Amino acid sequence: MHKKILLISRHAPYGNSIAKDAFDAALATAIYDQDLSMLFMDDGIFQLLRDQQAQEISQKSFTSMLSALPFYDIDKLYIHQESLEQRGLTIENLIVDNATIVNSAQISNLLNHQDHILSF
Amino acid sequence: MSTLHTVNKSSFTNRALESCILICRSSDGILLLEDGVFSALKSAPNATALEALNQQGIHIYALLNDVKARALEYKIAAHIQLISYDEFVSLTVNFNRVQSWY
Amino acid sequence: MIVPVMIFSINVQSPPSSQASYSAYQFCRALLRQGHNLHRVFFYQDGIYNATNLAAPPQDELDLYSEWQKLSKEHSVELVVCIAAALKRGLLNQEESIRYNKAGHNLAEGFTLGGLGQLIEAAAVSDRLITFGN
Repeated sequence: MHKKILLISRHAPYGNSIAKDAFDAALATAIYDQDLSMLFMDDGIFQLLRDQQAQEISQKSFTSMLSALPFYDIDKLYIHQESLEQRGLTIENLIVDNATIVNSAQISNLLNHQDHILSF
Repeated sequence: MSTLHTVNKSSFTNRALESCILICRSSDGILLLEDGVFSALKSAPNATALEALNQQGIHIYALLNDVKARALEYKIAAHIQLISYDEFVSLTVNFNRVQSWY
Repeated sequence: MIVPVMIFSINVQSPPSSQASYSAYQFCRALLRQGHNLHRVFFYQDGIYNATNLAAPPQDELDLYSEWQKLSKEHSVELVVCIAAALKRGLLNQEESIRYNKAGHNLAEGFTLGGLGQLIEAAAVSDRLITFGN
């Protein structure tokens, strides 16, 4: 069965493992050939900042991990506009330059076209 | 075509409900459970927004067991419907998908 | 009213110390009471701690660990623990314990270790996938 799955990643990187576990789940979803979209909102936006130096705290950098998403054919990436604005960021601050910026109404519409949501 | 949103954090200390409210649309529903039931208080930070959503036809639910456990049964906003675990399951059947805000 | 019978899978991401794990358990009980099918409970992140056989909760507290096992026994529910999440948190079955040369193993009976693919397969075959997180 081929399902439409939206993975929502709302948590900041590094402080705990939720964001990394969300990333791993995204790769698994793509490998098992499901129709995956990925949405970054709330503090999940911080995963996308350029120039993270996670080696400073002995972790793997989200900057490089998330850059790999296209190689797994994960190309439906969405970023919540209000979350971005609340944090004083613009798309230029972020690594995923092929992502689509969506407002809350568009996200609502995105949710309502999915079979499942993987909530992180 | 609609989504059930569950929120298990208190809006006094966490913004999960605020984000949920931004995304919620007219045919969706919101279930408050665990510490999320504190957001059902009339004095909660998002109480007005929840009531406005309710007036637009979005049903707001709170899990009765969690409400009773926290001594909130007579303190929550009148528009919020109290439900059991069985009714929680029924909601997930009636809505098309579930987004968990935590 | 005729209620459609649905296939559910549950994704538990919270440790037993979080009420979210209890909510997940009660949700499973309720859906089975209503005659729905529970395809799989997948334990991910700190959810894997639900599967240890070394927890000894005080007698006057709910033993959620045993409750999961009873659920599995009574309804033949598959309880799958993410192997990567389990290994790095020190939850092992006998096979992994030998592989990594560890002093013991602590995966409770009724649970199995499996890859993240088991979560995705659960999504693929289920009508509903519900996440309980913390």
